[in-house]
Amino acid sequence: MKSFTGETLRWEWNEGVVHLTLDREPANEIGTAMLVELEKFVGAFDALAAETSVCIISSAKKHGFSAGADLRELYNGAASLSGGERVAGVRKFLERIHAVLNAIDAAPFVTIAAVHGICFGGGLELALACDIIIADKMARFAFPELRLGLIPGFGGIPRLKRDLGNAFVRDLLFTGRSVNATRAQAVGLVSQLAAEGEAVNVARSNAGQIKKFDAVARVAAKKFIKPIPHEELRREIDIFCDLFTRPAVMAALKKFVESTDAMPYLP
Amino acid sequence: MRNVEQTTQEVLELAAKHFQVPAGSLAADDDFFKKLGINSLQALELLSRLENHFGIELPDYEVQGVSDFRTLASRIQTRL
Repeated sequence: MKSFTGETLRWEWNEGVVHLTLDREPANEIGTAMLVELEKFVGAFDALAAETSVCIISSAKKHGFSAGADLRELYNGAASLSGGERVAGVRKFLERIHAVLNAIDAAPFVTIAAVHGICFGGGLELALACDIIIADKMARFAFPELRLGLIPGFGGIPRLKRDLGNAFVRDLLFTGRSVNATRAQAVGLVSQLAAEGEAVNVARSNAGQIKKFDAVARVAAKKFIKPIPHEELRREIDIFCDLFTRPAVMAALKKFVESTDAMPYLP
Repeated sequence: MRNVEQTTQEVLELAAKHFQVPAGSLAADDDFFKKLGINSLQALELLSRLENHFGIELPDYEVQGVSDFRTLASRIQTRL
């Protein structure tokens, strides 16, 4: 399928580049609806592979790439369930989003996250599954999950550790702070900086260069240098589910969902 | 090296420009959430704008609870 327009995202193929645009109000929160459409997207990879060199992922939303997991859906879906059912539901969702992100991580073409604005939690985890992150100068990155009594659940810790090492993981996790694009580039999270509003154009420029190279060598290089940390990803799901059983987590989610604080996204 | 008054003035000018309100319509003691009617995501945009302008990092937790330009400027001043 070379093009698709859904409720939360769309993609279109043009001259060897498939461009996935996240487009869900208010800030591309990743819930079931987006998960279903992301599954459809990765399901198209086999058909796209032969004539695709690059995939660009970006956002149509003004506030940024993605605010992360849909915490309102998470809370509302879990609130009416018993403890066991609650964890089973969360585990099922995590298994599905991990399958999607593993597919993007191992995609048979080069994947570029073109980021602007906020790239938090699950949004950062989606970007981390990509090969290259290009950010405009107003982008911000964060793992705010600890404020809810959780850890990132979409593969963020193993992938950030794989790419950058543990020190920066600990900084983001334990402070919950968001870092700007300049800092993110300095630590190696962001490959290239773009002017405001220019991340997609810079990604397209990169795609033009990437397309010139031999596809077989590109795939071999990617398999060699970007192994998926499967064992740690499995452990991450287990730890997330263990933490999710605690009443304190539901209380924190409830507080977030019902918050009238002017700054609920700030850790 | 800027003094805190200069920093405050630059913060006011940057906020006015970013949120497209008339220059001079903002005052140091204004509550920027109320005055500008902004939400948390827009506050983060302002934080990025300020960090880029002043060439600093200002952790979110240092501005949590801050709602007026004067205090915001004083937090920035400690990082210059």
